[in-house]
Amino acid sequence: MTPSDRDATGLLTKPDDFLQLVSPTGERHANAEFDPWIADIDLGALGRLYRDMAIVRRIDAEATALQRQGELGLWPPLAGQEAAQIGSGRALRDDDFIFSSYREHALAWCRGVEPAELLSVWRGTTASGWNPFEHGMAVPQIIIGAQALHATGYAMGAAWEGSDAAAIAYFGDGATSEGDVNEALVFAASFDAPVVFFCQNNHWAISEPVGLQSKQHLARRADGFGMPGVRVDGNDVLAVLAATRIALDRARRGDGPTFIEAVTYRMGPHTTADDPKRYRTDDELDEWRARDPLSRVLALLEASGVDIAGLEREVGAEADRAAAELRAALTTITEPEPMTVFDHVYAEPNSHIERQRDHYSRYLAMFADAPAERSADAAAPGTTGGGAR
Amino acid sequence: MTTLTLAKALNAGLRRALDDDDKVVLMGEDIGTLGGVFRVTDGLKAEFGAKRVVDTPLSEAGIVGTAVGLAYRGFRPVIEIQFDGFIYPGFDQIVAQVAKLHYRSRGNVRMPITIRVPFGGGIGAAEHHSESPEAYFAHTAGLRVVACSNPADAYVMIRQAIASDDPVLFFEPKRRYHVKGEVDETASLADARPMGVATTVATGSDVTLVTYGPLVQTARDAAVAAAEDGVSIEVIDLRSLAPVDYATVEASVRRTGRLVITHEAGQQGGVGAELAASITERCFEFLEAAPVRVTGHDIPYPPAKLERHHLPDLDRILDGVDRVLRRPNSLSGVEA
Repeated sequence: MTPSDRDATGLLTKPDDFLQLVSPTGERHANAEFDPWIADIDLGALGRLYRDMAIVRRIDAEATALQRQGELGLWPPLAGQEAAQIGSGRALRDDDFIFSSYREHALAWCRGVEPAELLSVWRGTTASGWNPFEHGMAVPQIIIGAQALHATGYAMGAAWEGSDAAAIAYFGDGATSEGDVNEALVFAASFDAPVVFFCQNNHWAISEPVGLQSKQHLARRADGFGMPGVRVDGNDVLAVLAATRIALDRARRGDGPTFIEAVTYRMGPHTTADDPKRYRTDDELDEWRARDPLSRVLALLEASGVDIAGLEREVGAEADRAAAELRAALTTITEPEPMTVFDHVYAEPNSHIERQRDHYSRYLAMFADAPAERSADAAAPGTTGGGAR
Repeated sequence: MTTLTLAKALNAGLRRALDDDDKVVLMGEDIGTLGGVFRVTDGLKAEFGAKRVVDTPLSEAGIVGTAVGLAYRGFRPVIEIQFDGFIYPGFDQIVAQVAKLHYRSRGNVRMPITIRVPFGGGIGAAEHHSESPEAYFAHTAGLRVVACSNPADAYVMIRQAIASDDPVLFFEPKRRYHVKGEVDETASLADARPMGVATTVATGSDVTLVTYGPLVQTARDAAVAAAEDGVSIEVIDLRSLAPVDYATVEASVRRTGRLVITHEAGQQGGVGAELAASITERCFEFLEAAPVRVTGHDIPYPPAKLERHHLPDLDRILDGVDRVLRRPNSLSGVEA
């Protein structure tokens, strides 16, 4: 690679140097290696993948709107990454375990996470709205790349138990610069852990282009760790589905980890607190808008004779319902009682935290006669001493 | 009763834990075939196999982070950080993941991870091999921090730490690894003193001297020396640094009216600072003098030939005792 292969931002100038089964305009490319892995995806199944993507796009837009309306403290939009998340999420078995970052709302959708469970994190009432063991999905991870190690450890444990379940770690291009991700690759390779490293290269780590994280296509790193690396069009749901199925099969057969680089693009801001206009151009956005993951599936379906107007109507209605449910879920999210801040710091009794809990509850009790909101909280039964567990 | 070194007692405790629960796995650098650089895990890989006693790549974040994943899967990982000064590359996984996941998941995810750390100086080691990083972890909510000081405690406490559903930073005084003591290998955990409870290892009436880990024996020696001088020192082995068993310390200070705390770690923001503040808050009216700390200096751990100037020894502890007794001492005339 020479310097001329890069543009001014350091972005690699050949983002389409990847495996693709469906072009942005909906042409189906045959691929001898990948096609057998999606042989079961008939037009009905492809329609269902479209449905998933359309609904999560709508959920994402609705949540973004809710943040703008002050209902959520923050939201990290996934727009643009629907195919990467749905394609990989729908490749998973129920007993596979997901260790994700904070933008994987589509994975939460695949795992049946309830709207209120999803929103409570961003409304600021919990750090994780769902029970990981009910959904096979760990609590969302904020620390960049930390979850790659958790997935690896989980996978090592599953293998030691003789299970053929796998773990999958989702992280972005920025995370590949973190020590944790590299250490996870070392551990996974050394122990043949049944784990899939799923990198959503969305090109931007907040304001930093992927070229600042890597001089190479990220998938090429896998070779140095001794595992297959595959670079797929992350906006192509079929390519992602096939690649993930291949990687999971490899994991289940005891052949160890796989690194998947899904080349995609974050169409929106990093979070609702970010202003991407400061660091990227409209031209770049337009270029990626033309690679939209949803429109190409519609184009392929249409070319195959499917009544896409009917499909869009049907899915649109479902997406409307999902958005309404999301909005309605807000009313079910209540602010936790104040004394619950002391809950679950430890699994077992802890004299220090119990003393602080007791002292703060005594403090709150001083306001018991005041008509403030605080008094109602302080007077609530079972919130003193160690009784609130 | 069996006579064992502290290292052998830990080895026996780990063997018992591996025997008792097949979800217990040991992980660390050189802990398998070699048996650990201090031989604490000697023979365990041969006995339990490479999937229970795991030699890992050289990667502290990797060791801690994969332990998190194993805990998600229902395992009880016991990980060894080879030396105190090597814990920092794993710091983020310990304080941001291990410590917080139970809270973050509202009790759904348990992190019953034991992090064994040989700590402290006095063995003439190279840089990064003699540190006392316990205060970083005592400051972190969600972690339990303990330090053993003798073989009998080591045998029981390591099993208690592994049995705990909370993550435990388990500090082992490396300069005491080869000290022998009586260990009751038939002891059941049900009858044992809880891990979080301090032990009064010498009774006295004039001064309460609190310490943990490597300095417990030094403190006991100081008490014997002081007795010859007519001063009666009560020595408390804290054992648990988070949470601290304040009831035991408080009861002692209410009788003696004087508190000296000693540890190898630096003074600023240390366990002694917390103890002095808390005891002052709790029983100020019983104190005859301000609590005194006798600690390592607030310096990077010095070269081996100078470590004797850094580590509190019997005489420095006695000097601290003189300060709370307002007897002539090294700071006479300079105290504000």
